Amino acid sequence: MTLDNIVLLIPLLPLLSFLLLGLAGKHISVRFSGVIGSVILGASLVLALITAYDYFFAIGKQGGEFIPYLTAQLNWLPFNSDLSINLGLVLDPISVMMLLVVTFVSTMVHVYSLGYMKGEERYTTYYAYLGLFTFTMLGLVLSTNIFQMYIFWELVGVSSYLLIGFYFSRPSAVAAAKKAFIVTRFADLGFLIGILMLGYGAHSYDFFTLIDRLSHPGSSYLVAMTGASFLGMSTLTWALILVFIGGAGKSAMFPFHIWLPDAMEGPTPISALIHAATMVVAGVYLVARLFPIFAVGAPDALTVVGYVGAFTALFAATIACTQTDIKKVLAYSTISQIGFMLFALGVAGWGPGKTEGFTAGMFHLFTHASFKALLFLGAGSIIHAVHSNEMKDMGGLRKSMPITHITFLLAALAISGIPPFAGFFSKEAIFSAAEQSNPIIYWVGLIAGTLTAFYIFRLYFMIFWHKTPDAHAHNHEKGEWAMMIPMMLLAVGAVFGGFIPFGDFISATGKPLELPIELSHIILPVGLGVLSIVAAAILYRKESDVPQRIVNALGGFYRAAYRKFYIDEIYLFITKKIVFKLMGRPSAWFDRNVVDGTVQKTGSLTIALSHAIKRVQSGKLQAYTMYFFGGVLLLVVLLLYKFA
Amino acid sequence: MNILSLLILIPLLTVVGILLVKSDQLIRKITLAGSALQVIFASWLTAQYVSLRHAGATAQMLFESSRVWFRPLGINYHIGVDGISLVMILLTAVVVLAGVLVSWKIEKQVKEFFFMLLLLSVGAYGFFISLNLFSMFFFLELAVIPKYLLIGIWGTGKKENNAMKLALMLMTGSALVFLGIVGLYFASGWFGGEHTWDIMKLSHMHLPMNVQVILYFLTFIGFGVFTGMFPFHTWAPDGHSSAPTAASMFLAGISMKLGGYGLLRVATYLMPDAAREYSWIFIILATIAIFYGALATLMQKDLKYMNAYSSVSHVGFVVLGVAMITKVAFAGAVLQMVSHGIMTALFFAAIGMIYDRAHTRMSNELGGVLKQMPFIGTVFIIAGLTSLGLPGFSGFVSEMTVFVGSWVHTGIFYRVATILAAASIVITAVYILRATGFAIWGTITRKEYALLKDASWNERWAAVILIVGIVLIGLAPFLFMHLINADVQEIFNHLHAG
Repeated sequence: MTLDNIVLLIPLLPLLSFLLLGLAGKHISVRFSGVIGSVILGASLVLALITAYDYFFAIGKQGGEFIPYLTAQLNWLPFNSDLSINLGLVLDPISVMMLLVVTFVSTMVHVYSLGYMKGEERYTTYYAYLGLFTFTMLGLVLSTNIFQMYIFWELVGVSSYLLIGFYFSRPSAVAAAKKAFIVTRFADLGFLIGILMLGYGAHSYDFFTLIDRLSHPGSSYLVAMTGASFLGMSTLTWALILVFIGGAGKSAMFPFHIWLPDAMEGPTPISALIHAATMVVAGVYLVARLFPIFAVGAPDALTVVGYVGAFTALFAATIACTQTDIKKVLAYSTISQIGFMLFALGVAGWGPGKTEGFTAGMFHLFTHASFKALLFLGAGSIIHAVHSNEMKDMGGLRKSMPITHITFLLAALAISGIPPFAGFFSKEAIFSAAEQSNPIIYWVGLIAGTLTAFYIFRLYFMIFWHKTPDAHAHNHEKGEWAMMIPMMLLAVGAVFGGFIPFGDFISATGKPLELPIELSHIILPVGLGVLSIVAAAILYRKESDVPQRIVNALGGFYRAAYRKFYIDEIYLFITKKIVFKLMGRPSAWFDRNVVDGTVQKTGSLTIALSHAIKRVQSGKLQAYTMYFFGGVLLLVVLLLYKFA
Repeated sequence: MNILSLLILIPLLTVVGILLVKSDQLIRKITLAGSALQVIFASWLTAQYVSLRHAGATAQMLFESSRVWFRPLGINYHIGVDGISLVMILLTAVVVLAGVLVSWKIEKQVKEFFFMLLLLSVGAYGFFISLNLFSMFFFLELAVIPKYLLIGIWGTGKKENNAMKLALMLMTGSALVFLGIVGLYFASGWFGGEHTWDIMKLSHMHLPMNVQVILYFLTFIGFGVFTGMFPFHTWAPDGHSSAPTAASMFLAGISMKLGGYGLLRVATYLMPDAAREYSWIFIILATIAIFYGALATLMQKDLKYMNAYSSVSHVGFVVLGVAMITKVAFAGAVLQMVSHGIMTALFFAAIGMIYDRAHTRMSNELGGVLKQMPFIGTVFIIAGLTSLGLPGFSGFVSEMTVFVGSWVHTGIFYRVATILAAASIVITAVYILRATGFAIWGTITRKEYALLKDASWNERWAAVILIVGIVLIGLAPFLFMHLINADVQEIFNHLHAG
């Protein structure tokens, strides 16, 4: 099989799984549907591994530089002779890396769900949706065209919608699904307009044509798009900021982050796959895809990316420290970590020594996928055992859930950036890049990183310690191999993922990049991380009233963070009070009463008029005689007037 | 006989067939066979057309033929098709077939019902193949009157008032169209040297600007009434709310498209200078229809009102595409006509199926449809996702084409209009997902709903046929783009030649 066919099969296999289980699901025994889905995904993972090997070690490199490999090109929607939406698949370092992340985590989640979703009423549908999501996510990752990416962007949104609303008899799930779709749709409006601007300016929607035309100083397209300015920014800067708004929506950046915590209404494996490891990093991937244009053509837009990322990283980490639902803590943690990836891209630039942030951001995306998916799957197995999301219902679980305990701990150490776990390497790279180029972002990131270690160990101690373990508790994990094995495999990634020489494979330019680790840089972030862990241990390892006293001392600030800084309330106000009350209702009223009122009035006036005229034909002879003589008289008067 | 005339003849023969038989079941079967035959014929015709084009046929219209109808007034039965009319014919054939299937269970005056439905389709087919303004108008009228009866007899609710409103407003529209084409007839004599109704001949005449302006507004507003252009759209929500399912499908699926086709083929193509000068007025009206229509949709609880208002908003894209007068925007308008035609038919079919069972269309009274009736629930969701422009379905393709076509203009006015139109897709998502959340998801609200049965065979077929259409456009838009490309280019060139 040629590489082209292999690459094509990677997304098509999950699509096949979706079609098979979705259309013929009724004819497949429930016991097998999950296995079928998992086997198909496993095949996809194997093909992705082959592709990665081929690309990184055989065909990808030319002249010491990784170059994009395009295949399966199709002129899908031709607008003009020189402008069309083309579909195709691209292999380049970031797309191949994403292929691995998506197929790996998706396979893990498929297998895990064999145990977690057992006995669900719509088990087959669940696997069909999983296949659909994986297909669309792979399509997004492999896109060669910005419109193609937008297409799959919308499609991952709808698969996410279907999966968040999987338990659709629960009103909260319905509301959460709706919210996720609409908030991201709103952000996508920016993306769409950005695409229109880019396409108009560069006469193409193909990524590599766009990059070619807009990232070389002096290119006529670039000159045209940076020449005119609107409100102080060039057309290109506007276009890229608009595109980034779409990315910020999908990646749950402030102020579009509100949908992600609610999305936890979906089954927990879905949270691990879609809302932690893959779909939510699409925004990061989008910025990375267009990185040369950002860096060369519109550095201002990149600065915006950096500040949005840094602010969100800190903001979400603060909220994560106060939440009591374990999935909500992890959701805010995800938002915060994606903030790290984006500010890493934001502090990067073009030219020697400036691109470290790019590699660092992608590295963090890579390591985060394994440890965050692991944290979610761990949370899933806890929820599966305890039947509650609330931390207060847990505590002392280390005895009854040993595997979950150990893997969770490893993932927590990884996300806290403790050496030698995966998160340490990627975070160090991020801090090192930020320190060189933007001190504000560096310090904000450092505080966020410190809070990260604190909230995750708060979670860890509250779940596994805090209370004395029940001596007679049976082992909750017995027989749940389908759930335990994926967790163990992900733990391998969380522990060793950082040792991959990431810069050798992925860099902004395609050339290898060294990610140096210097002791002087390490001490501060790691020291702060360790201190946070100690603090969390003191506060939460045993039951005490100290945390409550701290909460009381913090007063209003704690309450604000606990209520997520009232952002949801602000949104609710805008939609309910402004969109519905001030725009929707008046429009509907105006239409019924003024526009249609005019039509109805015209009708009734016509009737009234005809009633009035109808009197003339009364059938009374006297009246007709009167009209007759009246007419004669009038004529006589007129004639006299005219001729006399 | 010209092969195109079969498009009119097949439904007419079907009409004769059902008039001859007595049994209701036989009437249904004959109608179904006739409409299925028409779909096959239309597809075959398209294939023929494509192969002729491939073989190098360069004439603007293919299968052209002309017969004298009434010589003193120069009225000919002049027919011919290009890619644009062909996709409209395909649309009509598919929607009619689905409409017949959906109406299978109608018990009241079966013969009359299918008679009216077929008569409507004859009007639509004739309209799309006419190249003579007078015969075109004749067929347009043929497609109006039966609607009044369909709603008045088989409708529900305030049907008398609503049927009357619909008929009178559409009549007003056709009166304006009539004034416009009569004006064209006389203007052709005064300024072009020959009195003619012929579209092909008229397109070569260069009428003075002030004459064009008057005729442009008459025809654009006249056909605009048919498309439900703001502020002449209020027949649509009321008409739909009372219409039986198949009539709603026809009304929004095809009838509104007669207007859209007229905007392009008559108002814009024959009055090019006026279109270039004054189409901005209709850009404003279209943008209002799109945005304000979407806002008004937000507040609708009755699913039929929701889809009717949503149609006003969606057909606004057709008007917008035509008024933007760029080649890509024209293509977008044509695609949007087809896409919306199928999508809205599917939506009305799903709503009709729900209403037939639950006897309510109020989204807040329903719930749990997906659980109780998975097929119908899924159809509703697919129609909804198409409506909100999900890629993979047809709506995405056509709306994006309109946006790309509109973005060609650089002026701030055009930009604002395009952005407002694009913003409507967010509002669309809100109302679609709200309706889905309330009515389709959730749990059933009444005990008796637990007895409701899922779609029957005829309903399943109707839905599947329409979904295939939606998905075909959504996945392989290049097929349709290639079909219409040269023809929208021709209209565009014509507009910018003089």
